[in-house]
Amino acid sequence: MKRTPLFEIHQQLGAKLIEFGGWEMPVQYTSIVDEHLTVRKAAGLFDISHMGEFFVSGSGAESFLNHALTNDVRKLTPGLGQYTLCCNERGGVIDDLYVYRLTHGEYLLIVNASRIDTDFEWLQRLLKSSAQRGQVNLHNASDATGAVAVQGPRVIEFIDACFQGPASGGAAVEKPSTLQKNQIAAFNFHGARVWVSRTGYTGEDGFEVVSPAELISAVWKTIQEKGQPCGLKPAGLGARDTLRTEVCYPLYGHELDEQTTPIEAGVGFFVALDKGEFMGRPTLLDQKTKGVSKKLVAFKMTDKSAPPRPHYPIRAKGSAVGEVVSGTQSPSLGLGIGLGYVPPELARPQTPLEIEIRGKCAGAVIVPKPFYRKAV
Amino acid sequence: MANVPADLKYAKSHEWARIQGTEATIGITDHAQHELTDVVFVELPEVGKKVKSGDACAVVESVKTASDVYAPLSGEVTAVNKAVVDNPALVNSEPYTGGWFYKLNLSNPAEANALMTADQYQAQIGG
Repeated sequence: MKRTPLFEIHQQLGAKLIEFGGWEMPVQYTSIVDEHLTVRKAAGLFDISHMGEFFVSGSGAESFLNHALTNDVRKLTPGLGQYTLCCNERGGVIDDLYVYRLTHGEYLLIVNASRIDTDFEWLQRLLKSSAQRGQVNLHNASDATGAVAVQGPRVIEFIDACFQGPASGGAAVEKPSTLQKNQIAAFNFHGARVWVSRTGYTGEDGFEVVSPAELISAVWKTIQEKGQPCGLKPAGLGARDTLRTEVCYPLYGHELDEQTTPIEAGVGFFVALDKGEFMGRPTLLDQKTKGVSKKLVAFKMTDKSAPPRPHYPIRAKGSAVGEVVSGTQSPSLGLGIGLGYVPPELARPQTPLEIEIRGKCAGAVIVPKPFYRKAV
Repeated sequence: MANVPADLKYAKSHEWARIQGTEATIGITDHAQHELTDVVFVELPEVGKKVKSGDACAVVESVKTASDVYAPLSGEVTAVNKAVVDNPALVNSEPYTGGWFYKLNLSNPAEANALMTADQYQAQIGG
């Protein structure tokens, strides 16, 4: 199993460790519920160094990425990022990721840990057969890079104490707190360059920080120290999963896989069908106009029951109609919530469902996404 | 450090038994609740069900996962703890008192000799 540069810190903090996508990662430090609620009320610090970082640069980078990814990178000015997906020929999702335009001709891609090798091989293959192959440099910096996410309503109170402006690249901001959602900027930290973006995977305000691997421990310690007075605590993958489930963000391997398209997964907003030809477009266009055979829905349990879990069968009026892909007890709402695929004719809020839990059926109902919205 | 009361018997799979004659009360240990954290659901056997030692006969669910709870002894279920079904957090806060799972009328009380003492269980969990 691989370990991140923060592994020793997790051990010192007494984290419980689990395997995730080939990595030995902290699932929790104290309790998932406590860490979850800390992120909702104050601030939490996550190690996301397992995630992959690719740098794509050169005069052909824009056109190459617009062929490989579903969203339109031409909408990105330097210092801005977007959620996007990478699809195969059939529109199936190879990965979902963030792409940032750092400078006019340089991009940073943040991909899922379990998909680093698959993604990189896929992009290399696409590049080889692309007209831009001489004008694109594709570099996998995952092993040389560390990353953390600092998330929660109180992060804004201490982020500027962690990284001093003005920015030296990306968005031209004086300090991190002036970054707008999805903006990214470079700041000098211990004599090196770290990238700070206003993004996250929790549904709360917050930032993600990408640094050289050897600096990430210092980044972690700085954020811990500056955030402590605001109630910041380290948070593990357990809370990361319940937080993202409450806001219905997809997790690769659950909502998304190579047999599922972005349209089916309800993330068609990030598919720019109007930008011209790109990988998977014919299928995605077809689904957008003619419809899909399965649709991702959010449901909550109506009976007092065990929480729903991945692979539990979904039934409607007695017959099997689909499968749960994510499910948990929602710490914010105090009830069982889940996401699953059902036929499109059932995919309407208020449709009653049954979730089969250890051979018994428990009542559930489809609800609008997301389950949780942060206070404005 | 986990609490391991001296007057109870323990199974390798982290259940405890409080044995009084041919009656036993069953629950999961402080160490087990600490490992699970945040118990959100408990499923208990029905009264009258006959269980064999080693059978999975209850389920405890944390936020993250569902775990089977095994019968440490054989017998018939004579009572279940409705309070822990209504308030699963009792497993975390009172694993040996308010958080008990069910009571058994033992069919083979001699099986208790195969369970661990508090010292042996403490050694198993590295206490």
